[in-house]
Amino acid sequence: MSTVSPHSGTPKIELIGVKKAFGPKKVLDGVDLSVAKGESFVIIGGSGTGKSVMLKSILGLLRPDAGTIKVDGEETTHIGGRARDRVMTKFGMLFQGGALFDSLPVWQNVAFGLIQGQGMKRSQARDIAIEKLAAVGLGPDVANLSPAELSGGMQKRVGLARAIATTPEIIFFDEPTTGLDPIMADVINDLIVKCVRDLGATALTITHDMASARKISDRIGMLYQGKLIWQGPTSAIDDSGNAYVEQFIHGRAEGPIQMQVKLG
Amino acid sequence: MGFLSGIGRATLVFLAATGRLALFTARSLSHCVRPPFYPRLLVQQMREIGYNSLPVVGLTALFTGMVLALQSYTGFARFNASSAIATVVVLSITRELGPVMAGLMVAGRVGAAMAAEIGTMRVTEQVDALTTLSTNPFKYLVAPRLLAGTLMLPCLVLVADIIGVFGGYVVSIYRLGFNPSAYLTSTAQYLETIDVVSGLAKAAAFGFIIALMGCYNGYHSKGGAQGVGAATTHAVVSASIMILMINYLLTGLFFS
Repeated sequence: MSTVSPHSGTPKIELIGVKKAFGPKKVLDGVDLSVAKGESFVIIGGSGTGKSVMLKSILGLLRPDAGTIKVDGEETTHIGGRARDRVMTKFGMLFQGGALFDSLPVWQNVAFGLIQGQGMKRSQARDIAIEKLAAVGLGPDVANLSPAELSGGMQKRVGLARAIATTPEIIFFDEPTTGLDPIMADVINDLIVKCVRDLGATALTITHDMASARKISDRIGMLYQGKLIWQGPTSAIDDSGNAYVEQFIHGRAEGPIQMQVKLG
Repeated sequence: MGFLSGIGRATLVFLAATGRLALFTARSLSHCVRPPFYPRLLVQQMREIGYNSLPVVGLTALFTGMVLALQSYTGFARFNASSAIATVVVLSITRELGPVMAGLMVAGRVGAAMAAEIGTMRVTEQVDALTTLSTNPFKYLVAPRLLAGTLMLPCLVLVADIIGVFGGYVVSIYRLGFNPSAYLTSTAQYLETIDVVSGLAKAAAFGFIIALMGCYNGYHSKGGAQGVGAATTHAVVSASIMILMINYLLTGLFFS
C-alpha cells in the first residue's frame, strides 16, 4: 500500500510475548509483533485463532496474562484511568458489525468522539461529521438517518467515517469486508487505503478476506493457534514457503490446518 | 462428599458474584461524582424512569389503594373498627405499599429495559466502541441511570402515595358509604412526617437498586440474544428480591 520500510525507528505498535487464555483455552500464546509508523499491517487467520483478542488487548479492552504491549514506545499493558484515556485518543476503530450507536442519528455517531471525547461544540462537530461522511462517499442526506435505516455497506462506511473523524494516528479494522458483496467489499478496501493514506495513519487490520488483505496491506502476518507463525511483505505471501499460509491463502480443505468438523 | 463439595462450590460462586457486584457498585459510584458529567443523558434517563413510568405506577397505586380499603373494611367491620380504615390505608400506602409496589413495577419496566439496552450494546460491541472513542462506559451509560433512578423513584412514590390514598377514598366514599369529611380528617389525623419520609427514603434506595441491577446485568451479558434475555430476567428478579429484602431492613431501621 505504501513505501514505508518496517522496523525503522520506534515501532508505532509493539507486542512482545503477549499471552492470553480464557480458562484452559490459550488464545494468544506468545505473540510478537512490530508495526512501524505509517505502515499497514494485516493479520490473517481462521476463526477463533485470537485475532480479535489481540486487537482488544492492544486497545486495553482485555488485559493480557503475560507479555508487553507498547504504543509509540510507551508501555500500555497495565495502564488505566487518564493515562489510558490519553493513549486511546491515538486510536480509531472500525468494528466488524459497525457497532454504531442505534440510539443516535448517523451524524452524531460520526461526531461522537469529537463531542464526547474532545468536548467539541455540536455545531462544529456536525460540520466535521458531514465532511467525513463525504470522504467515505456518503451525502449529507444520510446524516439525520438512524443506523437501522442504512444498508450493511453504508453502515461500514459510517463506521469508517467515525473511525477517522478524530484524525487518529492508529486505525484498527476488524474484518472490514465481512458480510459485504465483492463490489462493496472492494469499495470499502479502496476507502480504507485512501483514508489511511490521507491521514498518514498506521493501520492494523484483521481479516480472512485475502483480496482485502492483499489490497490494503504493506505487510501480512498469519496467526495460528495463538502464535504469529509467519509475517512478511504482501508481495512475498505467495512464496511464503509456509504450508499453513499456503493452505489458508488458497482456501484448501486439505493441509496442515485441520478444521474441527463433525459429520453425520 | 459430593454434597459438601456442591455446597462449597455454590458458596464460592455466590461470594465471587457478590464481590463482582460490590466492585461494579464502587466503580459506578466513583464515576457518578467525577467529571465529565452528561447532563443531557441524565435528563433523558429521568424522563424515561420518572415521567414514562407514571401511568403504570399510577394505575398500580390506584388499584392498590382501592383494594386496601375494600379488604380492610371486610376485616375491620367484624370488630366494629371500620372507622380505622382511612388510617390503615394512608399508613399502608405511604410506609409500605407505595414504595414497594412502585419499586416492583419500575423494576419490571425500567430495570428490564436498561439490562436489554446495555446488554445489546455489549454484545454488538457498542460498549467497546465507546471506549475506543475516549468515552468511559461507566460515566456514559451507568452513572446517568443510577442518578436518575435514585432521584426519580421518590418523585414517583410521592405521586403513588397521593393516587393510592385517593383510590382508598373513592372506594370508601362511593362504595362503602363513608362520610367524606370524616374520612379526610381521619386520614390527616394520624399521618406523620416520618411515614412519608421513610417511604421516600425507601424509594431512593429502590431506585438505586433497580438501576444498578439493570446496568450490572446488561454490562456483563454475553452470548447474543439468549445472553441479553438472561440478563434481562436476572435484572428484574434480582432487583425485585433485593427491593423486598431492603424494604424489611429499612422498615426495621425506621420503625423498630
